[in-house]
Amino acid sequence: MQRIGVFVCHCGSNIAATVDVKKVVEIAAMEPGVVHAEDYQYMCSEAGQAKIAAAIKEKNLTGIVVCSCSPRMHETTFRKAAERAGLNPYMVEIANIREHCSWIHKDIEEATKKAVILARAAIAKVNLNAPLHPGESRVTKRVLVIGGGIAGIQTALDIADAGYEVDIVEKTPSIGGRMSQLDKTFPTLDCSACILTPKMVEAAAHEKITIYTYSEVEKVSGFVGDFTVDIRRKARSVDMDKCTGCGVCQEKCPSKKAPSEFNRGLNTRSAIYTPFAQAIPNVPVIDREHCIKFKTGKCGVCAKVCQAGAIDYDQKDEIITEKYGAIVVATGFDTIKLDKYDEYAYSQSKDVITSLELERIMNAAGPTKGHLERLSDGKAPKEMVFIQCVGSRCSDDRGKSYCSKICCMYTAKHAMLIRDKYPDVNVTVFYIDVRTPGKNFDEFYRRAVEQYGVNYIKGQVGKVIPQPDGKLLVQGVDLLDNRQILKEADMVVLATAIEPDPDVRKIATMLTASIDTNNFLTEAHAKLRPVESPTAGIFLSGVCQGPKDIPETVAQAGAAAVKAIGLLAKDKLLTNPCTAQSDELLCNGCSACANVCPYGAISYEDRLVNDHGIRETRRIAVVNNALCQGCGACTVTCPSGAMDLQGFSNRQIIAEVDAICR
Amino acid sequence: MPIEAKEEFRPKIVAFCCNWCSYAGADLAGSSRLTYPADVKIIRVPCSCRVNPMFILRAFEKGADGVILCGCHPGDCHYSTGNYYARRRMTLLFSMLDYIGVENGRTRVEWVSAAEGVKFSATMNEFVEKIYSLGKNVRLEDLRCRN
Amino acid sequence: MQELIKRAKELLADGTVVRVLGWKAGDLPYNPEPAYFEKEEDFRDFVYNGFCGANLSKYMIEASKLEGKTMVCLKPCDTYSFNQLLKEHRVDREKAYIVGVGCKGKLDIEKIKAQGIKGIQAISGAELTDAGDVLTIQTLYGEKTCAYGDAMLERCHVCKGKEHRIYDEIIGESKDTKDADRFEEVKKIEAMSPEEKFAFFQKELSKCIRCNACRNVCPACSCRKCVFDSNKFDSSQKANADSFEEKMFHIIRAFHVAGRCTDCGECSRVCPQGIPLHLFNRKFIKDIDEFYGEYQAGEDIEAKGPLTDFTFGDVEPSIVGKRG
Repeated sequence: MQRIGVFVCHCGSNIAATVDVKKVVEIAAMEPGVVHAEDYQYMCSEAGQAKIAAAIKEKNLTGIVVCSCSPRMHETTFRKAAERAGLNPYMVEIANIREHCSWIHKDIEEATKKAVILARAAIAKVNLNAPLHPGESRVTKRVLVIGGGIAGIQTALDIADAGYEVDIVEKTPSIGGRMSQLDKTFPTLDCSACILTPKMVEAAAHEKITIYTYSEVEKVSGFVGDFTVDIRRKARSVDMDKCTGCGVCQEKCPSKKAPSEFNRGLNTRSAIYTPFAQAIPNVPVIDREHCIKFKTGKCGVCAKVCQAGAIDYDQKDEIITEKYGAIVVATGFDTIKLDKYDEYAYSQSKDVITSLELERIMNAAGPTKGHLERLSDGKAPKEMVFIQCVGSRCSDDRGKSYCSKICCMYTAKHAMLIRDKYPDVNVTVFYIDVRTPGKNFDEFYRRAVEQYGVNYIKGQVGKVIPQPDGKLLVQGVDLLDNRQILKEADMVVLATAIEPDPDVRKIATMLTASIDTNNFLTEAHAKLRPVESPTAGIFLSGVCQGPKDIPETVAQAGAAAVKAIGLLAKDKLLTNPCTAQSDELLCNGCSACANVCPYGAISYEDRLVNDHGIRETRRIAVVNNALCQGCGACTVTCPSGAMDLQGFSNRQIIAEVDAICR
Repeated sequence: MPIEAKEEFRPKIVAFCCNWCSYAGADLAGSSRLTYPADVKIIRVPCSCRVNPMFILRAFEKGADGVILCGCHPGDCHYSTGNYYARRRMTLLFSMLDYIGVENGRTRVEWVSAAEGVKFSATMNEFVEKIYSLGKNVRLEDLRCRN
Repeated sequence: MQELIKRAKELLADGTVVRVLGWKAGDLPYNPEPAYFEKEEDFRDFVYNGFCGANLSKYMIEASKLEGKTMVCLKPCDTYSFNQLLKEHRVDREKAYIVGVGCKGKLDIEKIKAQGIKGIQAISGAELTDAGDVLTIQTLYGEKTCAYGDAMLERCHVCKGKEHRIYDEIIGESKDTKDADRFEEVKKIEAMSPEEKFAFFQKELSKCIRCNACRNVCPACSCRKCVFDSNKFDSSQKANADSFEEKMFHIIRAFHVAGRCTDCGECSRVCPQGIPLHLFNRKFIKDIDEFYGEYQAGEDIEAKGPLTDFTFGDVEPSIVGKRG
């Protein structure tokens, strides 16, 4: 049986003017378990807290109820006071007789009656309280960043600058990501490589950063502060320590028919390759699918020409296991496949391209050495048509429902760059809306229209029809003039929607990080915790969380870094003790609870249980207290009541219900 | 023996409020002195998804005349998804209660944010009024003792 | 049936399985009961006919804990229950050798008796190999006949189809016996006034004696310990403090199996008081179908259950009052 003390606060006249506090004390004193009841002017004051402490000690109280203001106001105050007096802080319950009673009722009798009932409910609850202790878990001072694009690089740099070890895992042979494929960046038009490559070099040279390129995350276990991750380092077939990056192997490689991923398949590369000239690390990879040596066993040219003897055809995938305190996901994006948009003739004409392909064409290191030309015949175009929102803001299931956010701006950029370099080329943009919310964004767009004479038409394109003479007939509509438009173009550029990298689904599953229907990772709170995953210790950086441009990505990358640093700065993590617990004798092992847990806090183990003499191995739910945030979703999903929430247990809530309804 | 005057009907109403939005909304109603009848008693739960149908039936069993559940607006749940589960559970439970002949006005779900003190108070006023109009809950409290 | 017995003996003999879960004849011609068969001589009592309504999937929870494989006979509708149990990790697929048995609709003895047929001594026409359109019943008062369809269990009139959802092999042919709207009765109740609804359920539920037969037979209601038997909610079964407890029991039971109930109809079949308990489950099924899209528990083992899933645009609970 508990020994409960009840403390009724006057809150000056805030409570006492409407609630007869003496009467509350008098009735509360008669409730089961109550051995002490008193009132005081200001319970939260030093003197009030001293009264509570004194009563706890003198009467050996095992639990207290403070009838006062909202627990949101002073629950922590009273918990600390109780703790100082030697009582477990979770043996404190608050009856909110101010905000929920005295302040809203005028009739003294009525308000007093209600205050008594609220006190009873709190007493009934505290009768069932049990001391709770926050758990502790250790923090490994190392961060894993998944993805080596600008988001991952920036996050890694920020964390490393704070003095913590960071590993970047990048699945392609080089870091750099999408940004390395871009030619110029809006709204300042500086060259993408000029601002990115120094960061790549900085990351590679940073003593706290380890970069694993051509590697993938294979397995993740553990939880916040203490993750264990297996990383698969795919066989490069080149010894990274020996290779000097001279590039002779790539030059001499006789197999040059592999489509270049970096140039979006617009040209080819050798079987042994670095994706681009500024690749980091500057160590090539042998693409075993295209390598003659791997296909036929005959060749070996690269090994012959390599002075450093770095070529190693026998290299195997290697799994390394590392521990991390936090994981940042920065897996980025790709453009959607256009197979459902056949009306734009993307698959029929080489001169219908995506905007990302145009970036490569405009780039001096690209397939056309930076000359704007038609890929079909190499001729310079005279008429260019840009089609916006291809697959974005789509109401059917062919595309994406969301706005890809970056397309309006990069199309303005493309249009401007083309008009600047090739003033004789006419540029027409078909759009639904032009969205330019961003610093200097609208000015940028207006410059495209006003200074560079880009022709913007509000309306969608219905069809692009390749003509026998190689031109492209664009059928569109001008909504403002309400007329059909037929336009002959030499090139058509599709502002293709972006989507999260398809591999993110696999990664999210490994991390038990939640993901939305569009495969974007979900934030812990859409507004207040936008860079954290609901799963503790997992942070989000860049487009994996939602479409964004470079400045936003970099800002979020920094924010994710700060969150990770904040976690690593702690030596131990204290966990909220109001977490779910599963009763091994009642658990069915049905997985219903794990299905609704937003934090991936529930796992299952086969455990030998002794159920009143029956010894058997059962599948039992286990809650990881470091991950559980105490929402209680699992407790209601569990039909047998095996899952219960400490601090808000089924019996506690029922006791409150009973007290109110009695 | 004089026949005692029939006691005035004062309903018992249980309001489950999630800690992060609706309980704070109720606090705001209080600090803004927005009144609602004292018949409403609030039970604090971490999230609307903590509310088990058992709690609601238990309240009715013990004599509650109305039960209302308040949580964060969809999309704003502190735990991201709790209120979505609560919404499905309560929709089904209320539908079942309606199906067995319990007046559906006795149960309600309302999304109240921490900033919506006015909405909290208005909702409670409305709900209490509804319960007054429905009168005492006799259908869930007892079954065989009545005809 | 002979083919089934032959195959069962083969599987036992070649060591594929160590026991067979089927039905054995009861003391009356119409009450076979679930049983294990392990030895040759056990099969003297083995039956499989129109009265073998019992869904054996739930028995596989216990059988999964035994050494060796169990051959289990599952009718098409039983396989939904098995799948659901598999999804919930309650049965071990490796421990089951599933023989999908043919089904042409199962029989309800109460429906035969309701036709005034009494003193039943023998019934023929209920074998799977029979034509399955008429039953011939020997009674103390002479021979009677009854159309097969008229004697079928309610659930067979709303048959889920003749496909077995999971099996190792199939013996015998099945027939889709659906000839009624699954939700017709639910719709009728929904159309009643609150007073009529209340009166209807009060009448039905006041018959409940809390024998727990519905709970014990239900493949979804398979908790190791029922919440009504534990102290977790202060709801453990005891002498009734008030009669609401029955109602609470049935609502909560239906709620706990909502989204998991395959509508196998066993609850209504076994209720000694004849309470149409399936009306609770079917109400939830109908609501789930209407609110969240059609969902058949046990059909797709990978699908998310409706109560462990959500969409942003789900209907609000206030829809209940708005539907009228």
